[in-house]
Amino acid sequence: MGIGSWRREILRQAQVRDEFRMNALPTRKDEAYRYSDIDALARAWPLPVAESIVVPAGSSFSRALIQDSGTIHRIELSLGKNAVAALHVLNVGGEYGRVELNVTLHEGADFTLGAVQIGSGSQTLEIVTTVTHAEPHATARQSVRSVLAGQATGSYLGKVAVARDAQKTDSVQSIKAMLLDRTATANAKPELEIYADDVKCAHGATVGELDAAALFYLQSRGIAPGDAKRLLLQAFVAGVFDGAADEERLTAAALAKLGELV
Amino acid sequence: MLQINNLHATVGDKPILKGLTLSLNAGEIHAIMGPNGAGKSTLAYVLGGRPGYEVTDGSVTFNGQDLLALEPHERAAAGLFLGFQYPVEIPGVSNVQFLREALNAQRKQRGEAILSGGDFLKRARAEADGLGMAQDMLKRPVNVGFSGGEKKRNEMVQMGIIDPTLAILDETDSGLDIDALRTVGDGINRIMRRPDKAVLLITHYQRLLDYVKPDFVHVLADGRITRTGGAELALELERDGYRELAA
Repeated sequence: MGIGSWRREILRQAQVRDEFRMNALPTRKDEAYRYSDIDALARAWPLPVAESIVVPAGSSFSRALIQDSGTIHRIELSLGKNAVAALHVLNVGGEYGRVELNVTLHEGADFTLGAVQIGSGSQTLEIVTTVTHAEPHATARQSVRSVLAGQATGSYLGKVAVARDAQKTDSVQSIKAMLLDRTATANAKPELEIYADDVKCAHGATVGELDAAALFYLQSRGIAPGDAKRLLLQAFVAGVFDGAADEERLTAAALAKLGELV
Repeated sequence: MLQINNLHATVGDKPILKGLTLSLNAGEIHAIMGPNGAGKSTLAYVLGGRPGYEVTDGSVTFNGQDLLALEPHERAAAGLFLGFQYPVEIPGVSNVQFLREALNAQRKQRGEAILSGGDFLKRARAEADGLGMAQDMLKRPVNVGFSGGEKKRNEMVQMGIIDPTLAILDETDSGLDIDALRTVGDGINRIMRRPDKAVLLITHYQRLLDYVKPDFVHVLADGRITRTGGAELALELERDGYRELAA
């Protein structure tokens, strides 16, 4: 078998696996669907084929994605040598919204994910990422901020995989959630799979509530309770969309959704 | 301007204020002094309307209005300013954004015209200058990374911008060095010593009163006012301690 046909065979097998996965509705036992709304998933079945984006060596790519209609987005992103990609996501709409990213970084590539999800009612919103550092010197920063009210569930499942030769990898996950009601749920599951020995992989995850002392401070200066909450929530998500492809549109849509919550 | 009558308040079911009566007229500066745990900060928070500070008896009237019936933001719009002992840090919200929203929210509640961005900035810069606060601190997130003294200066800048009729200043002097104390004292005099305004200074020490001369000094001990006198009472307290005088 020549190299060409060998590669074709691998691709064929991968397609078979993918099709197999897409034929069987996952259950909550499947890690990537652990916190999903399976009923909504069944209605959306079969999953859309992942959009494949290849960023060639040395070039850059940016995209702003607003999920406002309860859809499932699947993106496969491959960054060539020293390529730079920034993806900014606002996940706010529908009963079930899911953004799935599968990112492969080649030598010296740089990836940024800035995501905000804002949910209320009985919404289930999730961001599921796999970032593979396939080669050395690649960097990745993932920042996810979730604001959840009512009975909403917001999840981030993020796997960082570092291949054996991918030395000097620098990969950061910063995950923060704010619960506006005790009935809302936030899940954060950073996962590391590291085969190289000279890497920096950091992750932090926090879940909190609005700071009562800060709320009173704002109100004591004349700001009404709803506006005080809105101001603190704006501050909580601020910065995630800095430098985004469509920063103003993303920020305006995020603020509009936050305004509905307070 | 402010009449506090037989005020009782609890914090988490624990009685702290036990029948406090105090009256402030326009044009007066009052100082409340007292030992730790006497209820000084509780009094400030009750007047500001902080959740968790429950009034169980008594009344507070502010310019003829029932103060206790108002929400915290309504008290601010009615002219009350609370200077915090521990000003809160708010990451992600800049000082100017915060103050502009606050001032305009108050003006809106009072039915006044909203201040334009330019007019607001002019006012904010003038107040920062007057209180020796660097201009770039206006752009920084509220109190984040500020030293104790800078936070207190920032409280006074806020007071200058908001221009209240009654200021309740809870240990505004703590954490200040001698120079800052003088600047803050000058600020209080400039902003608040007017015939139509009043100040309630809550403090442990006499030293702020060297700069802001009170018309009345009260001793607060175990939840009520146990003694009232003129400015000389503060000196007496400084010399003899609270134990003698509180009894």
